Amino acid sequence: MATLHFLANPARFRRFSQRVLPALSAVTALALAVGLYLALVQSPPDYQQGETVRIMFVHVPSAWLAMAGYALLAALGAALLVWRHPLAALMARAAAPVGAVFAAVCLLTGALWGRPMWGTYWVWDARLTSMLLLFFLYLGHIALSRAYDDPERGDRAAAILALVGAINLPVIKFSVDWWNTLHQPASVMKLGGPSIHPAILTPLLVMALALLLLYVTLVLLRTETEIDRRRLDAAELAA
Amino acid sequence: MMPRKMTPKRKRLWLVVGSVCVLGAAAALVLTALSDNIVFFYSPTQVAEKKPGPERRFRLGGLVEEGSVKKDGQEVRFTITDLQKTMPVVYRGLLPDLFREGQGVIAEGTLGADGTFLAREVLAKHDENYMPPEVAKALKESGRWQEGGGKK
Repeated sequence: MATLHFLANPARFRRFSQRVLPALSAVTALALAVGLYLALVQSPPDYQQGETVRIMFVHVPSAWLAMAGYALLAALGAALLVWRHPLAALMARAAAPVGAVFAAVCLLTGALWGRPMWGTYWVWDARLTSMLLLFFLYLGHIALSRAYDDPERGDRAAAILALVGAINLPVIKFSVDWWNTLHQPASVMKLGGPSIHPAILTPLLVMALALLLLYVTLVLLRTETEIDRRRLDAAELAA
Repeated sequence: MMPRKMTPKRKRLWLVVGSVCVLGAAAALVLTALSDNIVFFYSPTQVAEKKPGPERRFRLGGLVEEGSVKKDGQEVRFTITDLQKTMPVVYRGLLPDLFREGQGVIAEGTLGADGTFLAREVLAKHDENYMPPEVAKALKESGRWQEGGGKK
């Protein structure tokens, strides 16, 4: 909690992120290289899906990050509305488009995977529909935060949307358990442990770590930019 | 910190927590009320209970019964089972790669007068298990294989 408080100051945060970003970028590139090698070259095909299973190594981490990213938006929204954290609004602005891209990647790779395996690009089942809703919630957040002349009003409105939209997160996660769907139930995060063989699970987890690092790198970098932009706006107003 | 200074913050916190709880409960009620419309397919048992009319399009889901697939040119006949009740299906057209006996499938169409399901589209539903082919082979050889075990 103390570190969070320390980093709530935008200037201090900026100094911190500038110090960690070079090393973080290097680790991200390395993790992505290792992850892609394991996923595309080293891992075996699946017994029933064959080589198509490799789409999972991008599809599943993208889904996780899109959901975790929205949970972050909701947490930042609460930090802004309740504690008036000065950094929360800037970070939410920085994080929303990154999360939206991961949601889009999840939907697109899912469609490309669905066509050969299920026989269709898209169906309106509970899992696919709730994931599409998550993507639209991201777009709504991006639009709403930029809809007002006064950026702080936009931040406030977007924060409320982030909190309301967070209700969709458990719906996405449990949609495959609550209702019958075309999408299969959870393979990794479920009771009784993952039902993926280690030879396929390991590359999946390495790719998830690599894309998480990519997400953090992009959000830190974009938050820096948002801090600079807010400062420039303030300087322009003062001049 | 003085308790007085905490008041507005605490008030906002409870307002946020309260609103999210109320909205969450509202969403849960709506989803529960609509749950019959949210299900993607019906099992043969559910279809037998509901007895949909001949005009009503719906999706039927279950496993393709072992030994039931009969191909005649473009026409495919097979039986969908939920291991309690079965329903015969007739379909003309291309089947997805994963279609085979023991596989989970979802067919969309209408119920014919003779109780046969006239499918316009057949989708394959795969389970949540992933493994290399050698492992699947070893499991089958050792008799620890459960066809359709993970499917609903």
